[in-house]
Formats: sequence, C-alpha cells, structure tokens
Amino acid sequence: MDKNLLRVSFSPHITGDDSVRKIMYGVILAMLPAFAVSVYFFGFGALKITLVAIISAVLFEWLIQKYILKGAITILDGSAVITGMLLAFNVPSNLPLWMIIIGSLVAIGIGKMSFGGLGNNPFNPALVGRVFLHISFPVDMITWPKVSVMDFSMVDAHTGATPLSIVKEGLNNGEGFTDIINQMPVSYMDMFIGNIGGSLGEVSAIALLAGFLYMLVRKIVTWHIPVSMLGSIAIFTGILFLANPEKYADPLFHLLTGGAMLGAVFMATDMVTSPMTKKGMLIFGAGIGIITVFIRTFGAYPEGVSFAILVMNAFVPLLNRAFKPKRFGEKRS
Amino acid sequence: MLKTFPKGGVHPAENKISADSPIKKLKLPEQVAIPVDQHMGAPAKPLVSKGDKVRTGQKIAESAGFISTNIHSSVSGTVLKIDKVMDTTGYKQAAIIIKVEGDEWDESIDRSEDIVREFTAGPEDIVKKVLESGIVGLGGATFPTHVKLSVPKGKKADVFILNGAECEPYLTSDHRMMLEKGEELLTGMEIIMKALDVNKAYIGIENNKPDAIRHLEKIAADHKDIEVCALKTKYPQGGEKQLIKTLTGREVPSGGLPVDVGAVVHNVGTTFAVYEAVQKNKPLFERVVTVTGTGISGPSNFLVRIGTPVSALIEAAGGLPADCGKVINGGPMMGKALNTIDVPVTKGTSGILVIDSKGSNRREVQNCIRCARCVSVCPLGLEPYLLMSLAERSLWERCEQENILDCMECGSCSYTCPSARPLLDHIRLGKATIINLRKAKQK
Repeated sequence: MDKNLLRVSFSPHITGDDSVRKIMYGVILAMLPAFAVSVYFFGFGALKITLVAIISAVLFEWLIQKYILKGAITILDGSAVITGMLLAFNVPSNLPLWMIIIGSLVAIGIGKMSFGGLGNNPFNPALVGRVFLHISFPVDMITWPKVSVMDFSMVDAHTGATPLSIVKEGLNNGEGFTDIINQMPVSYMDMFIGNIGGSLGEVSAIALLAGFLYMLVRKIVTWHIPVSMLGSIAIFTGILFLANPEKYADPLFHLLTGGAMLGAVFMATDMVTSPMTKKGMLIFGAGIGIITVFIRTFGAYPEGVSFAILVMNAFVPLLNRAFKPKRFGEKRS
Repeated sequence: MLKTFPKGGVHPAENKISADSPIKKLKLPEQVAIPVDQHMGAPAKPLVSKGDKVRTGQKIAESAGFISTNIHSSVSGTVLKIDKVMDTTGYKQAAIIIKVEGDEWDESIDRSEDIVREFTAGPEDIVKKVLESGIVGLGGATFPTHVKLSVPKGKKADVFILNGAECEPYLTSDHRMMLEKGEELLTGMEIIMKALDVNKAYIGIENNKPDAIRHLEKIAADHKDIEVCALKTKYPQGGEKQLIKTLTGREVPSGGLPVDVGAVVHNVGTTFAVYEAVQKNKPLFERVVTVTGTGISGPSNFLVRIGTPVSALIEAAGGLPADCGKVINGGPMMGKALNTIDVPVTKGTSGILVIDSKGSNRREVQNCIRCARCVSVCPLGLEPYLLMSLAERSLWERCEQENILDCMECGSCSYTCPSARPLLDHIRLGKATIINLRKAKQK
C-alpha cells in the first residue's frame, strides 16, 4: 500500500464491541421467559397478540421511515420489536387483534417516530400505545382472560378479574383486606409464578426477575431504577399496611400483582426515557413507585404503573439537569 | 483487593504482544531530523547552523523560556540544514537535519554499563541538570520535567509517584524498562525525591505486568521509602489524576495541578532519563519506542535515537503490512494518527502502532439511545453525551458550565458508545473553541 495513503482520524482508534443492535436483542432475549410463561398460561391468545404486535410495530416503523421520513431504514435494530413486544405484554391476551394493531400504530407513530425515532422520544412508546388503548377501549382493556394452562383451543370464553381489581373493589365495598385475600382463588405463590389474571406479560414475577438478572449480567441495565421503584412501593405500602392492615394491601401483594414487576424491569428501565445519572435514576424509580401506590390506593384505577412511568418520563429532562454526576476534583464551596 | 480509581474507566483488549521482546538498539539511520519543538512550551532556539560538525549528546538547540527545554544531537555528523519538515503532529515544523557520519559521543558522558547508585547532587543541581539534559515527560505529554521538579513557592509536595501503569493497550516500553532497568529506576526515583524533598514514593503498576511488579518489589525491598503497588488493569489507570487518587486518595482539584494535593507523578521513561542525566551525565537523545500492531511481523521495543524516521522503526519490525489502514503515534486510545511514516521520532513518541484497514474504519454513527454508558465510564464525572450535543449547537457557555475543560481526552466515552457517536471529537472542538474565545477576550 502506498504509505502516503494512510488514514487519519482523532483518537480513540479502537472501539468496544457493544452496539445498539446487541443491546436491543439482549432486551428481547430477557423478555423471552415472561413471554414463554404467558403462552403457557394464556395459550394461543398470548402468542397471537404478541406476534401481531411485533409485526405491526416493525411494519409501521418501516412505512413511516420509507414513505414519510424518507431516511435511513432502521427496523433491524430491534427497537421496534421491543416496542411491539412490550405493548403486547401490557394488554389482555384476548384483546381483538385490530385493537393491538392500532395500539402499535400509536406507539410507533406518535410515541416514537413523531419525535424523530429511536433515542428522541420522551415517553416510553409502548406505554403511549397502552394508555391510548386503555382510554379508547376501556372495556376490552380490562376484560381479562382466565388462566387456562396450555390452552390452544382458540376460544376465549372465560374471563376473570385481576387480584388488584378484586382487592380494589372489595376495599371500596368496605370489606377487610384479610377477608378479601382469604377468599381470593389465587395464592401469593400463584402471583409469583404467574398463575393469575392480568396483562399477558405482567403476570409472572419470577420470569420477569429472570430477565432482569440476565440484563444485569449483560450490563444492559443497572439495578438503580428497578430497586428504587420496587423499594419505594414496598416502603410506601408497608407504612400504609402497618397503619391499617384491614384497609390497605400488604407490600408483597403490591409487588407481585399488576404491572409493578413488568414496569420496573422492562419499562422504567428503557434507556431512552430514563435519566442519565445514577442519582437521577434513583429519584426516577422512587417517583414511579410513589405515584403507582397513590393511584392504586387513592385513585380511581386499580393499577397505576403505566401512568406513573409516563409522568416520571416527563420529569427526565429536569432530573438530568438537577442531578449531575460527581465531578472529579470539584471545588467544594 | 487491587487498588484502582473509583469512577469510570474501560477495559479494552490489552494486546501487549511486544511484552516479551527485550529492548533492542535500533541501528543508526543515514540521516536524522531533530525538531526544535518536541515539548510543551516555547520551541528551542537552534545553536548550530549548516555545515557544523556535531557529536552525539551535544546541545544543538537551547531552551527558550521557563516552559521549554534543550535539545541535543542524537548522532555525530554534519548539519545539512535547518528546514521545515513534517513531524508527528502532521504539521511542518523547524528541524535540524543531520547527516549521520558515526556515533562519537561527547566525552563528558559516562558510556559504561555500570549502575551508579550514590549521588550527592542537591535539589537545585538536579533541576539544573534535568533542564540541561532536555528531559520532558516521556509518556507522551512532553511537559518539561524540570518545571514539574520545581515545586512552586507556597506549595509543598509530600509524595512522588512513578507511573508504571502503562494502561494504553499495545504499549510495552515502560514494562520492558521496569524489567530491564529496575535498579536505575530506583536510583532515578531517589534523585527525584531529593529534588522534590519528599520522603515517600509509590510505584503504580497495573497487574497485567506481574513480572514487573515482582521484580521491582524484590529490588525495592531495601528502599524503605518506596512502595510498589499493584493496580487493577483499567484504562485510564495511568492518567495522572486517576493514579494520584488511586494511591493517595487525594483528588486534584478541577483546573489544578497534582502538586496542589502534594503529589508529583513521573513516567518510567522520564525517571530513567533523570537517572541517566544526573548519574551518567547523559542528555536525552534516545528513548524506548514500542513498534506493534496488527500485521506487524516482529512486534518490538527499540531503543531509538531521536530524529530517526518512523519508517525505519517499522522496517526493523518487519515492515508495513500490505493491509494497513492507520499508523498511530502512541497508543490506540490517545495516540495520534500519522498521515505519513516519513516523520521523525521525537521525545514524545512512546509507540508506533499499525492498525489494519478494517480496524481503521469508523463504525456508522447512530442516534444516541441515552444508555448513559458515556456518563458511567467518564473518569472525570463529566457527561459526554451532553457536552457533544451542546458543542454541536455551539452553546459554548453551557459547555464551560458543564466542565468541558476538565476533559483529559482519554477517549473512554467514544470507545464505549454503542451508537459509535464521535463524542470526543465534539468535546475537543468545544474545548478548543472555548480556549480560543478566552484568548480573544484577553486581547
């Protein structure tokens, strides 16, 4: 080679082997245990909804990039797959398919692409889609299928309620928490493994925790947001429970039911929409936890994780401004 | 547990492929080009002119200010001309070009291999000798050493640190020096401690050099004031501020100097040069350079005369491979890419690294996914993603508020970014702009 044709550029001249695609596919892998459990408990419906959500999310991203933005096509980076999958995780497995397709369009179109695509969206796109569906189709979004193990009969006949809504309704009717729990057909162990009604990806605490562990080991996420979010739920509900154990559900119940685990592991940790510093992450997680408990115990809805995350998403720019990393050699005044 | 700095850092593949090759003397080239500007501060003023005969070790350019230093001939021969030649910075600078006719050393230099341990020189004599010998920081920064040895009035140093971290991947010159010149280094340390008037010294070595740690621990056993410390292998462990924090727990203040916290750090090569200057009366006209990289058939550590063309070093290590994308002066994290190998080795050349064509391609830049990896790897607690976006939008005041000038350009942010964003490029632009704006304001 001609020695005069050396290339020049600034240092560093080597790079690490991490890439956006590796991170995104890592997250998808981490979601697979929860997906497997949902297919086990909810059967064909879960499989169908998830596949349709993924395919429509990727398709909408492609259409928007190709025909509206007319820029680079980045559907292979895995981020649209995650959005689709997370949206599916957040809906009942018996949701009509056309609704999940509309949800995907809102998630990708409004939630992500209208802000400039990956990295620019202030709100978690899957949650934008989920909340849109929740407000537009309130009945379908809270009509939960009953768990029927490995049921591939394609008949969505049975419907039931989630532990959270049962407790909410019971407490509103003036019943005591102990009585409600004793009459409930599911145990805490069922909640832990996922044998309960609910959105298809949120039911199994253990499968979600397995995914969290995988992401921790791969260094895709840090512990800060999930621990501070679940920790603040536990502390806040613990205080309420100690104050009046008949009027308020215990902390374990709050942690194992609804979207607490799913939100803590996969949605609050979304890099794009969470703070950049460790301190900011801790405040962010704690804020989600506290808002969630407020909505669950004092609000009209039985569940509040989605709203809590979206509210805290909106605070991220302020958190980034307020909580800086400790500068090396900073002059202390 | 191994000592290390508390925040940030990365661990690139070490690739110390030349670690087992002993230091070899490189044969003299036919001609040397010795730039008069090889150090931070004012360029030296030439003392010779065309046709002059010079000897090895003879002073050929003299210091032009407090932050400046002397330059010596690295060969004996005839001065051909003083002309502008391309140097490792990529710019043309004045250099003294000497036709090599032999290697006749100035007779005041002790050329024997004997190790001289005893010394009587006092602090002032040492500083004078170091300036006279043209010694600068050989780790790559090339800051004149006599300045760092002169503790400013009102300040007091109490600890000296020998920087043997060599945290850049590929580079092995300090490693070989520690193995082969350990005794000389210890004496060099005692001399520096005398000059600084300190009674405590550390040798910080990353634990990927266990043989060097063992060797120095053994021979330093009877030096009660010198402590050898094994450090975790983590880049940039050899950064001055990181090393001081690791070994003493003290943080050099933002915008301050190591001596503000009582510490002075010198590199292995520099300390050896101090030994040679004070004990052997030998000025700095040669240094150890690692020649390494992908496709280099004989990765080596050469003892090279200043002014030797880089092409001669590469030739001696097996030649430039057919698949060659970049040639770097220094290591892969902080080194500078050369636009030609027809440039002379200077005091600041710690290594010559060849990178193949594929490795020289920058990856495609993608959107920032706000993963915060750049924030967590920054050893100075800065937010590279923010600095880049502020610099892109020319918000220089905000850049300053976000401490952009603290950046030491270690490259950990760009190295780690999964979206391959050129974070450090933009931070450099921001730093340079702010410094220029400040200069303009002063005028």
